[in-house]
Amino acid sequence: MSQTTPSIRQFAWSSRILHWLMAVMVLAMLFIGAAMVASLADYHLLLSIHRPLGITILGLVVVRFVNRQLTTLPPFPPTMSSSERRVAEWSERLMYGLMFSVPLIGWAMLSAARFPIVLYGPIRLPPILPVNAALYTVLRGAHTVLAYLFFVTVIAHFTAVLFHTLVIRDRLLERMVPWRAGPTAQPAPAPRDPA
Amino acid sequence: MDVTDDPPPASRVVRLALVGAIVGAVLVAFAYAAGWLTPGRLTPEGLVDTFEQVNGQHPGFRRNHAKGVSVSGTFESTGRAATLSRAVVFRPGRVPVVGRFSLAGGNPNAADSPETVRALAIRFSLPDGEEWRTAMISLPVFPVRTPEAFRDQLVAMSVDPRTGKPDAAKVQAFLAAHPESARALTVIKAEKLSSGYENTTYYGLNAFELVSSSGKSTPVRWSMVPLQPFVPAAAQPAAGDPNFLFDALIAQVERGPLRWRLVLTIGQPGDPTNDATIAWPADREQIDAGTLTIDRIESDDSSPVRNITFDPLVLPNGITTSDDPLLSARSATYSVSFTRRVGEPASPSAVPPSAIHP
Repeated sequence: MSQTTPSIRQFAWSSRILHWLMAVMVLAMLFIGAAMVASLADYHLLLSIHRPLGITILGLVVVRFVNRQLTTLPPFPPTMSSSERRVAEWSERLMYGLMFSVPLIGWAMLSAARFPIVLYGPIRLPPILPVNAALYTVLRGAHTVLAYLFFVTVIAHFTAVLFHTLVIRDRLLERMVPWRAGPTAQPAPAPRDPA
Repeated sequence: MDVTDDPPPASRVVRLALVGAIVGAVLVAFAYAAGWLTPGRLTPEGLVDTFEQVNGQHPGFRRNHAKGVSVSGTFESTGRAATLSRAVVFRPGRVPVVGRFSLAGGNPNAADSPETVRALAIRFSLPDGEEWRTAMISLPVFPVRTPEAFRDQLVAMSVDPRTGKPDAAKVQAFLAAHPESARALTVIKAEKLSSGYENTTYYGLNAFELVSSSGKSTPVRWSMVPLQPFVPAAAQPAAGDPNFLFDALIAQVERGPLRWRLVLTIGQPGDPTNDATIAWPADREQIDAGTLTIDRIESDDSSPVRNITFDPLVLPNGITTSDDPLLSARSATYSVSFTRRVGEPASPSAVPPSAIHP
């Protein structure tokens, strides 16, 4: 990047689309998972959404990880301290880890219990582990614990962005909005119209 | 930049409160979804807890139908149901099955009794890893319509340790609150008890939907009708052997294969699919879908069937769930029971491997 062009403020368009698509899916998934295990009447309906949605998230996080390697990130705003930046970086790694591991563990635990993994109609997933009741027990527990950890992480991320956007008002959120951020959002020095 | 114009402190507090309110709303919504705000609502965990309270703790065993034996064999389809369902299991041909005969109740050491409800659970293994699991019992209708009524019945009919019998007042109160259960019990009492597992009809009870290759849905209930002749249960069963029903079953399978016909009863418009306490009219079309042959029997202790949950909603493509509220509840509850028991150390079955004579 040359010094004369304005610095990249937003994430790449592909990153922004993937972020919001997966934000909706992951949040829905966390709510569905929590509701499903507490529900007798809606268990089957929620489970029939939970499994295909989970495998979609697993597929998308692979795409997202590749996209993350191929795109350039906008810099952190100056309002973020170095320790806050470290927390943000580690929470991103944690969320990537959970987006991979929670659905993968769900698939693995059903495999270990030799439970048919029906996604929709005739579409099923093959087992990825041998039958093993002890392994099922460990994975079933891990699926729940990691899912709640994921919810806590998502809430922390959501709270931090809201705090920056509404209280500090540093337009942190505009780095990720799906539309192009307005010119006034350009950081100092004086904004320059790229057109 | 906005960050440079310092807002008055009051407005900062308001915006801080807004952040708290938004995050708080999400947390409350999550707590509601997870059932934390409605502790009185019956959950799958709560229903399994009720089983444990009523039957006591029996680690490693199924929370219901704890006492049983594992079996295997084949199912040979007649092909007669293939027009109504696209399921591979209904095409002409033969598939392997495993299954389990069991006594209802959560006590793995209960003594056999002709009065106790008997069950047959079957897993059909179809090509490419597809499965159909079904758990059927010896009652022509189910005594309760909803999972909540099932919990209430469990509690009301639980044995009072002081008298060794259920509390009559509690039973009366339950039946008064559930007239559908009182009606179902009348139908159940009219059914003659058979002498053993081999000559019992096992009813699927819940309604399902058959889905044809063109996508047409047809309501269905199924049952396994024995080819072994009906013999009424002895009024005074031989005392002494607490496993006399299972031992008789073992002896019969060792003599030769036992067979049941899978009978599909086809529902008509207006037949209730959401109420397992009501039998469909007797003149409904019945389809002989095929023959179940059981030719091998094994103790739960040595059988892989121990780690199979007979979740009634493990269905092949071509059979789907109905609006019966018991089906989703059974699926959820079996899952909890499975997770609990496979995580616990296994104890020996009341019908040990030594009871089988190779």
